[in-house]
Amino acid sequence: MIIELRDSSFDAFDELARFTRERRDLAGRCGANAVFVGSMRDFNEGDAVSSMFLEHYPGMTERELGTLCEESAGDDDVLEVLVLHRVGRVEPGEHIVLVAVFSGHRAAAFRVCRAVMESLKHRAPFWKKEELETGQRWVARNTPG
Amino acid sequence: MAIKVKFFASVRDEVGAGEIDIEPVPQARVRDVWAGATGRPLDPHVLVAINQSYAGQDDPVADGDEVAFFPPVTGG
Repeated sequence: MIIELRDSSFDAFDELARFTRERRDLAGRCGANAVFVGSMRDFNEGDAVSSMFLEHYPGMTERELGTLCEESAGDDDVLEVLVLHRVGRVEPGEHIVLVAVFSGHRAAAFRVCRAVMESLKHRAPFWKKEELETGQRWVARNTPG
Repeated sequence: MAIKVKFFASVRDEVGAGEIDIEPVPQARVRDVWAGATGRPLDPHVLVAINQSYAGQDDPVADGDEVAFFPPVTGG
């Protein structure tokens, strides 16, 4: 289980390629890899958004991500879970989150990838503050899905 | 020792401070810590963590604890 917070822009697909090159131990054992990548939109609730700031709770955020990954991946078929998440200032189009699950077979990969992402949305202490033409506003709630 | 009280995101903006240390009170619960730090009632939608784990608004708080208050999370 690898969990990292990044305070600068990252490309989730480059990160994934590098990770799979470095983790040759997964090759052969891993028959399925499910990946979720979340990006920043340039609109929300009908308003143009020019950038946003992702605040977190240093210490608790990493800890909560670790706990929710352990709970979600409590499956013998899961070989590895990788979570990268941005913090700080984010521009539209930039990647916010990468969740990658490596497992023996597809069922666990799909299920755990979704479970980690949904738990992250509901439990991991991150807060988005959007920059609008009219000023700043905190995002009050997640979109339903 | 003291109780370290932290506020995040919109709750920090409303309270006007990111971190406050308060003197421990015997038998204190989370809502007492909030009242001691802010002097106002605790909104039931505000989330709480004690020592960086989720907790309830009526959970007990011990001397030396770190108690954090924040709004619903919006990451991902």
